[in-house]
Amino acid sequence: MMSTFYTRWLGGRQGGIAIMLLMLLMFVVMPLWLDIFRLNLVGKYLTYAFAAVSLVMVWGYGGVLSLGQGIFFGLGGYCMAMFLKLEASDMASTARQTTPGIPDFMDWNQITHLPAFWEPFHSLTFTILAIFVVPAVFAYIIGAAMFKRRVGGVYFSIITQAIASILTILIIGQQGYTGGINGITDLKTLHGWNINTESAKYILYYLNGGLLIGVILVCRYVLSSKLGRLLLAMRDKEDRVRFSGYDVSNFKIFIFSLGAIISAIGGAMFTLQVGFMSPSFVGIVPSIEMVIFAAVGGRMSLVGAVFGTLMVNYGKTAFSESFPELWLFLMGGLFIGVVMYFPNGLAGLWEKHGQKWASCIRRLQCVSAVKNWAENRRAAKLGATGE
Amino acid sequence: MFGYSVSDLGSIVVMQGFSGLSLFSVLLLMALGLAIIFGQMGVINMAHGEFMTIGAYTIYVLGKITAEYFPTFLPYYFFFALFAAFALAFLVGYLVEYLMIRHLYKRPLDTLLATWGLSLIMQQIFRTIFGGREVSPNLPDWLMGSWSVTDTIDIPINGMVVMAITFAVTGLVVMFMFRSSWGLKVRATTQNRLMAGAVGINTKKVDRMTFAVGCGIAGVAGAAFTTIASTGPTSGSQYIVDTFLVVVFGGATSILGAIASAFSIAQAQSILTFFLTNAMGKVVTLLVVIVILMLRPEGLFSSKVRK
Repeated sequence: MMSTFYTRWLGGRQGGIAIMLLMLLMFVVMPLWLDIFRLNLVGKYLTYAFAAVSLVMVWGYGGVLSLGQGIFFGLGGYCMAMFLKLEASDMASTARQTTPGIPDFMDWNQITHLPAFWEPFHSLTFTILAIFVVPAVFAYIIGAAMFKRRVGGVYFSIITQAIASILTILIIGQQGYTGGINGITDLKTLHGWNINTESAKYILYYLNGGLLIGVILVCRYVLSSKLGRLLLAMRDKEDRVRFSGYDVSNFKIFIFSLGAIISAIGGAMFTLQVGFMSPSFVGIVPSIEMVIFAAVGGRMSLVGAVFGTLMVNYGKTAFSESFPELWLFLMGGLFIGVVMYFPNGLAGLWEKHGQKWASCIRRLQCVSAVKNWAENRRAAKLGATGE
Repeated sequence: MFGYSVSDLGSIVVMQGFSGLSLFSVLLLMALGLAIIFGQMGVINMAHGEFMTIGAYTIYVLGKITAEYFPTFLPYYFFFALFAAFALAFLVGYLVEYLMIRHLYKRPLDTLLATWGLSLIMQQIFRTIFGGREVSPNLPDWLMGSWSVTDTIDIPINGMVVMAITFAVTGLVVMFMFRSSWGLKVRATTQNRLMAGAVGINTKKVDRMTFAVGCGIAGVAGAAFTTIASTGPTSGSQYIVDTFLVVVFGGATSILGAIASAFSIAQAQSILTFFLTNAMGKVVTLLVVIVILMLRPEGLFSSKVRK
């Protein structure tokens, strides 16, 4: 039992070390080092990391590039936001509206009763279920329609992108039902628990980090199963897997739906930590940015994707504060550079150089390596002057 | 129906239909370039919209220069500027293919990401040079105004010019593809790259030319676009998703398919927009397209291509 957990969930020694490092950074270093405002910001980035991790599964291992991960991030976020909004719009606090008891943006848009699809979101149980089920069903429909007909590659990317764009237009257009371009704002409490206090923010940050670790472990488990091997085989030679008698499309649908659920968890945690949800986290641009998070971290590395997300977002915040013009150049350069020169991202670099140094330090050979190098240099110099 | 009389409805259909034709022109010009690039190389150029913007800014700059130094020339400069727009977008496309795209042919998904990065950089370059605000070029007077067919129907002249440009460019592209030796090579490479190479076609050179020509056509699209709307750094990217859908819906490699799908998407969108809201018209159109694509993934006109 213990050894299954070690090899399959943690991913053996290397995987365990990576997870430990990530946990150390998330749970100890960040909270000690940063004030609550910055920590909340990191928490926000970590919710994007869910989407990046899901892309590692879907794109890195499944071989299908989804440019619509924002759809699922948004669906999860909106489900959560609808629940919180209903709780925030109780009779007492909306008494001044023409129709009390409905969210304020509905009142502004002359809607006089709560739309039917909002009703079930009074219940927290339903909301949590919806966060898992709605994106999964949505992804299943898209996936079944596309993969069963052997649509893949660039086509799939374009169609997911178009769906992301449609969803954004729809949310913005249906202001009365969705809050429009401002999104769903002024979220206050979760079952009477104020989510805007400092202690709540700490708790949510740790909850978020714990969920992220959990998701990574589940992904490791899936990848270490036979399914994981099949996914890799499919990515590299889909026809061979198909000719061996496997139904390729079902595996793709599964991994796409799993990715959708993971992104949706991130979206729900985003709403809880940031306190609002808006269409600007659904559309084309956020979706493709999630891809760059995964690409920078390494499209084949679950933990790498988290680091990639943190790094890119840190860069974005730092640059857009001081040099807003430079940021787009840098972001564009990042897309081109990662794809052309570092297709395996940070994790690839780590595997190539980092491990060598780590083992070097571990065996205390570093000292002798430096000595050797210095001696060689001296010998070369002597040789050069001797001539 | 909807509280309009029959003759009103007729005028609405004609005028919305005409504004649909302007949208059709822009979509078609964009899609033509994208379709031949995608059809031949399997590469999706996310920066295609920015090549359109290059064309639009070329007109703007040339219009400024003409108004400043050769005011008498102003009524005619537009036609020369069209060629300049093509040439500039062609050149940039040629460079981009040489520096970036050709290294990524074996990885189409990565090309998608790299060209997205390119589009971000290009947008920021436009913003740095021309500022974030939208600009409109000095258009000759004869482009303004409209032609009243009946009391209720007004057809804008610039719309007609855009359509004329579109027809001319489409005609030229069809002629090049089916009547020139370059077109022959392109079609051969599209159908079977290995065999084309084996019979002595330099497929790399053909790729580079095709990519550049596709970008050049996008430049012309941008030039035509300036006559109906103003240009900002992100003007091109607003059309990119629609254009992709046009290409995929049309069947990716077929020029006829691109024309048919651009026409149906543009018309549906512009007529629905009148009866629903702007956003809903677009949502309904795109949703229908996606549902059709899910039922028929190869698009309207699929061609038999050896993968």
